[in-house]
Amino acid sequence: MTKEEIISKLTTIVKPYVQNEEGFKNLNENTDFINDLEINSANLVDIILDVEDEFKIEIDNDSMEKMLSVKATVEIIQTKINA
Amino acid sequence: MNLSEVKNRVVITGLGVVAPNGVGLPAFTNAIKTGTSGITYHQNLKDKGFSCCIGGVPIISEEKKLEYLSPLQLRGFNSSSILYGCMAGIDAWKDAGFSVEENSELDYDSGLIFGTGTSGIEKLREAIYKIDDQNVRRLGSTSVVQTMASGISAYLGGILGFGNQVTTNSSACTTGTEALLLGFERIKNGKAKRMLVGSSSDSSLYTWGGFDAMRVMSYKHNEAPEKGSRPMSATAAGFVPGSGAGALVLESLESALERKATIYAEVLGGNINSGGQRKGGTLTAPNSEAVQKCITDAVLDSGISSSEIDVINGHLTATSKDSLEIENWTKALQRKGKYFPYINSLKSMVGHCLAASGAIECVAAVAQVKGQFVFPNINCDDVHPEISALISNDKIPTQIIEKNITILAKASFGFGDVNGCVIFKKYSD
Repeated sequence: MTKEEIISKLTTIVKPYVQNEEGFKNLNENTDFINDLEINSANLVDIILDVEDEFKIEIDNDSMEKMLSVKATVEIIQTKINA
Repeated sequence: MNLSEVKNRVVITGLGVVAPNGVGLPAFTNAIKTGTSGITYHQNLKDKGFSCCIGGVPIISEEKKLEYLSPLQLRGFNSSSILYGCMAGIDAWKDAGFSVEENSELDYDSGLIFGTGTSGIEKLREAIYKIDDQNVRRLGSTSVVQTMASGISAYLGGILGFGNQVTTNSSACTTGTEALLLGFERIKNGKAKRMLVGSSSDSSLYTWGGFDAMRVMSYKHNEAPEKGSRPMSATAAGFVPGSGAGALVLESLESALERKATIYAEVLGGNINSGGQRKGGTLTAPNSEAVQKCITDAVLDSGISSSEIDVINGHLTATSKDSLEIENWTKALQRKGKYFPYINSLKSMVGHCLAASGAIECVAAVAQVKGQFVFPNINCDDVHPEISALISNDKIPTQIIEKNITILAKASFGFGDVNGCVIFKKYSD
């Protein structure tokens, strides 16, 4: 799966949690979930569960802590898919 | 002026309700005037082996939910008590003339006390299954806030932006009436200008199951659900479970007048007590002495005489305790026979909404004071002989009565031997 495909799927996943629509419109690799999209930090665990379901992977606690931006999340997803 | 020394008059300026026989105040008011039952047959109760297969469940469409909660709030949402409480609470707040906006200014003068028995019992079930399946991490972020007892006050507090006390009380079937009296005290003592009070209860077989097991629910009317809830009737056979929420906006008279708000009624006073599970009281049965004291103390607190009470909205669940409740009222008020006030029980139409009952019934009580009518008791054409021996049958109306009501007394009693009684008065300056 290409980086673009992953970002596209990730965009759909985070959409319901986004509180800053402007940040969402400009979503790119450098987007930070909390600072740019104003996602409630409690919802980050929900996003991770949605990512697990979408990509059929399991994300461990260490990876979870790093998943705060699009870039880091894409990298973790790629690693897990290819594992 | 030292605020702490002020004893404010407290009035009701907003109502909201989600009941089995009517969602929203206009529908509910119409239903109680016409004696419309909200009790229906539930196949899922039958399938699970319940003896009682009828119950009261408010009907709410998916579109309706979206008028109150955002798509994000509804993600992984599975708590009917929180849904009902939010709907009733938001409706009441708007009915009082306030807007509900996400980024409204924090209001330190407004708070809320919104009770429940258990919160989100279906959500709790989901969580237990996941944990037992070694899948605790799959609970996500939605489990805690929907299953904590104070889930309902937490949701409403955020939606409305309240900065005063925001809490949940729990005292079984007294919960709603207790919430009202706690809010009343807070405003009376100058600690808040406005308190949204109420209570809610889940529509769930997991909430109702324990009562079915205790054999206190009616199993004789599964074929005729609307006839099932029969408070004060000779053929009463136990209560019919219900669910929903009621909410009332209490406000200092000063604040209400300043805002030129519509005033539904005044809360004159009331009393909350416990029978201590002594003198006949147990975890599940009332100590009559304490029940009577609760009523007489409420009358005393209100500065009225018991002869001034025009209407009683009773607790009256349709169990064998109804006669005892009537006897307690006659003793507490020193009125019987034809001198007894009119009395009715909302449970004949909606069943026993458990933790939500007090609040839904307080909404019905206040609607009667505002509308100057006594709603009918349905399913009570055959008054129980023990009750007939105490009060005249015509004091238990089976048709709506248009009547000047100045004072209405409402009481709720709950497991744990706890009691609450509140006195409402038609508002006049």
